[in-house]
Amino acid sequence: MKNYQLGEFEEIVLLTVGILNNEAYSVAIKDEIESRLKRTVSMGALHTALIRLEDKGYLKSFSGESTEDRAGRPRRYFEITALGKKAMLYAKETREQLWKAIPKAVLEVSLQKLAVSSHQ
Amino acid sequence: MKVHPPKLPLRFFRWYCNPRLQDYIEGDLMEVYERRLKTSGKRLADFRFAVDVLLLCRPGIVKPTEGYKTLNTYGMYKSYFKIGWRNLLRNKGYSAINIGGLALGMSIAMLIGLWVWDEFNYNTCHKNYDRLAQVMQNQTVDGKVMTGYAIPRPLENAMRTTYGNDFEYLAMATWPADHILSVGEHSISQSGNFVQVDFPEMISLEMISGARTGLKDPASIMLSASTAIALFGTTDALNKSLRIGNQHDVKVTGVYQDIPLNSTFTNLKFLSSWELIAASEDWIRYAENKWDFNSFQLIAQLAPEADMNWISEKINQVRAIHSKDDYFKPEIFLHPMRDWHLRSHWENGVKTGGQIEMVLMFGIIGIFVLLLACINFMNLTTARAEKRAKEVGIRMAVGSARSQLVNQFLSETFLTVLFAFVFALGIVVAVMPWFNQLASKQIAIEWTNPLFWVISSAFVIITSFAAGFYPAFMLSSFKPVNVLKGVFKTDGQTSFPRKVLVVVQFTVSITLVIGTLVIYNQIQYSKNRPIGYDRDGLISFFVKSPDFIGKYEALRQTLKNTGAVVEVGTSTTPLTQIWNNSGGFNWPGKDPTLQSADFGIIEVNHEFGKTLNWQILEGRDFSHDFPSDSLAIILNEAAVRFMNIENPVGMEITNGKTKYHVIGIVKDMIMESPYLPVRHNLYFLDGHYRYVNWINMKLNPDKSAAESLATIESVFKEFAPALPFDYKFADAEYARKFSNEELIGRLAYVFAGLATVISCLGLIGLASFVAEQHTKEIAVRKILGASLLQIWSMLSRSFVVLILLSSIAAVPLAYYLMSQWLANYQYHTEISWLTVCLSVVGSLLITIATVSYQTIKAAMVNPVRSLRSE
Repeated sequence: MKNYQLGEFEEIVLLTVGILNNEAYSVAIKDEIESRLKRTVSMGALHTALIRLEDKGYLKSFSGESTEDRAGRPRRYFEITALGKKAMLYAKETREQLWKAIPKAVLEVSLQKLAVSSHQ
Repeated sequence: MKVHPPKLPLRFFRWYCNPRLQDYIEGDLMEVYERRLKTSGKRLADFRFAVDVLLLCRPGIVKPTEGYKTLNTYGMYKSYFKIGWRNLLRNKGYSAINIGGLALGMSIAMLIGLWVWDEFNYNTCHKNYDRLAQVMQNQTVDGKVMTGYAIPRPLENAMRTTYGNDFEYLAMATWPADHILSVGEHSISQSGNFVQVDFPEMISLEMISGARTGLKDPASIMLSASTAIALFGTTDALNKSLRIGNQHDVKVTGVYQDIPLNSTFTNLKFLSSWELIAASEDWIRYAENKWDFNSFQLIAQLAPEADMNWISEKINQVRAIHSKDDYFKPEIFLHPMRDWHLRSHWENGVKTGGQIEMVLMFGIIGIFVLLLACINFMNLTTARAEKRAKEVGIRMAVGSARSQLVNQFLSETFLTVLFAFVFALGIVVAVMPWFNQLASKQIAIEWTNPLFWVISSAFVIITSFAAGFYPAFMLSSFKPVNVLKGVFKTDGQTSFPRKVLVVVQFTVSITLVIGTLVIYNQIQYSKNRPIGYDRDGLISFFVKSPDFIGKYEALRQTLKNTGAVVEVGTSTTPLTQIWNNSGGFNWPGKDPTLQSADFGIIEVNHEFGKTLNWQILEGRDFSHDFPSDSLAIILNEAAVRFMNIENPVGMEITNGKTKYHVIGIVKDMIMESPYLPVRHNLYFLDGHYRYVNWINMKLNPDKSAAESLATIESVFKEFAPALPFDYKFADAEYARKFSNEELIGRLAYVFAGLATVISCLGLIGLASFVAEQHTKEIAVRKILGASLLQIWSMLSRSFVVLILLSSIAAVPLAYYLMSQWLANYQYHTEISWLTVCLSVVGSLLITIATVSYQTIKAAMVNPVRSLRSE
């Protein structure tokens, strides 16, 4: 099967674009990630990720209206392509497969540890 | 009031940002800045704006260095190659013919190119290539200038004292010859030379051990690696002792790498000291002050900066000054090393070429064969132009300039040629061992040499141009309107150049075929030339040591008693050469204008004639019954003609005070070149075996040769236990005289064959194209009742006409060229009409056979099938 290349940050960006649906443009994506994941996102990193995702064919972009608060500059909206959806699903499925493949004992031990540590 | 973000970071951002993204990102920056301005104040907002700008400066956002519009034409060429590739795949048959033909042509051109390269690099393995020269002389004999390598011994001294400043080194040498080298009981026969001490330095001998000055002590020898291994089993032979010719005890003072095959000195397997041989050989001592004794060679290395031509002029009279006998008008000159291999023919004292002619001839053949392959390509491409016409029309309609179309077709040709080149490289690598054997060379492709790749690239590009130029211009000359309307037709004016090209192709092929046949005829003709004696079962042994002195008669008797040998005759020269020339003879009725009257001199024993079975025409052979025969002479027919005398038997010939008498005339025997008239020879009797160099034996025809040879060897071992018994068969030695011509013959055979194959490949393609074009016509004709034969002849006729036209052009051309070639040989065949007719008829038959496959196939197709498609 085809190999989908998707980095960790790229996956987050892709998912966020999905969350924002139709309203996904750079500042909105940045705000969304920052508020949901409690991490700061630099404009540079975000734009590079968006460009790369577009090059890979997972996202496509279109120009939006220009607004007053952007000094007349247009927004660039993003939307997930069919290939992008496949890539997201693929990433999810592989994660789940891996999760399922972990023996129960490993998880239990770590849960017990967690429980113990929380008691202390 | 509108607040602006800081100017400097913004300008920086605008400078580096990819213009495609600039608006969007700048919008983002503004939006975020506005927001921060409200929440955190101007100062912090300004600072974070600058940080954002810096963080944005990363690949992907920064504009590409070459500007954002791609100004190169990479994409265009990519599309050319893609379309070219698809075209190759779509017409697999034609592509195969195109690439195959080109690959064949290119591989031949490459092989010839490598060979020519090797020829031009002959002797360049010697570092002092540019400064080495052979000292030679011109002598005028009977009004004709004779050029020779042999010089008299005192010349060395005169050169050293008078012109010492012009030369860095001078080295006297004898002639390379086989000598016996022995270590204890173990001995081998190896070719080598006796040279002066500077010689190894001059030819930049590559030493494995020892120094180049190893011949300082006369009792020394330098061995090539192969000789050292043959003698001692190892190259580690320094300071070991051995004997040369069972005569001279010498010490090994150096071991050198065998000299490469493409050097004049390649057969020098050992080097020993000139002083050693000069001190021990009577005749060399005798020659010390003799200015008229031309028997040695002198190699010179010019001083740095010295000019070869100028020095050559300068030393011109060096012998004439010292020598009294100026009626030879001796002129000394330098023959530079760069001319040794390629330009060593002289005619009347003027250098007239030599091997270079053959090199140029094959170079031209190579170019022609490549041209044939290019013509194939042109013909097939232009013939199939109709298939591409629509494409050309559309390209033109949407705005392609003509130059762009030319570029497109040229790059398609380039692609094809590149494929062909890869195949050709494969072919060259595969046939290289065979080719090396054929041409007796050691050529290898220098893969790591950048020059090889530069030349190869140039070769590919030039071939692409040669093959693609015409089709590209023809295809791009279509009128788009006509093409797209469909009124375009390839017949008529476009097929005319194609016919001309086919005629050119077959003219070249037929010329080559006729040439090959003439060469073959010439070889056969001269091989069948009567040689005047019986060479069956005749073997010769070269005497390389004094072991047999005083024992010849006993040796002869013992050999005869074994029954393995019918007769034994000795001579001063081998049966296939004449080593000795001498003048100064007088006879009654001698033409006073003949100054020197040089004769070939051969001293033989009584039984020489019987051994060879020579044919006495008048008088008698040497005989033991006549003691006076010690002063007898036998003439050959050529000598009688040369002396211009009648009834020579019994006549007196004087040389100084010695009076000889003629006792017989022998039929001319070919001892030298089979292409030259026989030289005028005098046979003297050497009844006491004083000058024996060769022992010639006639094997008993009733016994097997192998058995006889074993017996003879055991007898030789009895007389000289240390000597290896290496003999030469007279017929094999004679056959070697044809090696050069046979080489030309074999190469010409291969090239002519391949040229014909390439031309026929083109014909196959053209014939199948013609058949394809006439599919409907054939079908209609068949329905109206045409027979298979009629259709076949209709389709084949035009090709036959072309071949006939080619023949008309090729026959006079070949006749002219081959007459020139044959004129090089004094004994030569004539170009027979049979040869010419054979070539023409052969070419016709091959053409008809080639074309017939396609035409018959087309004629046999069911007409319903061809017509149904509409």
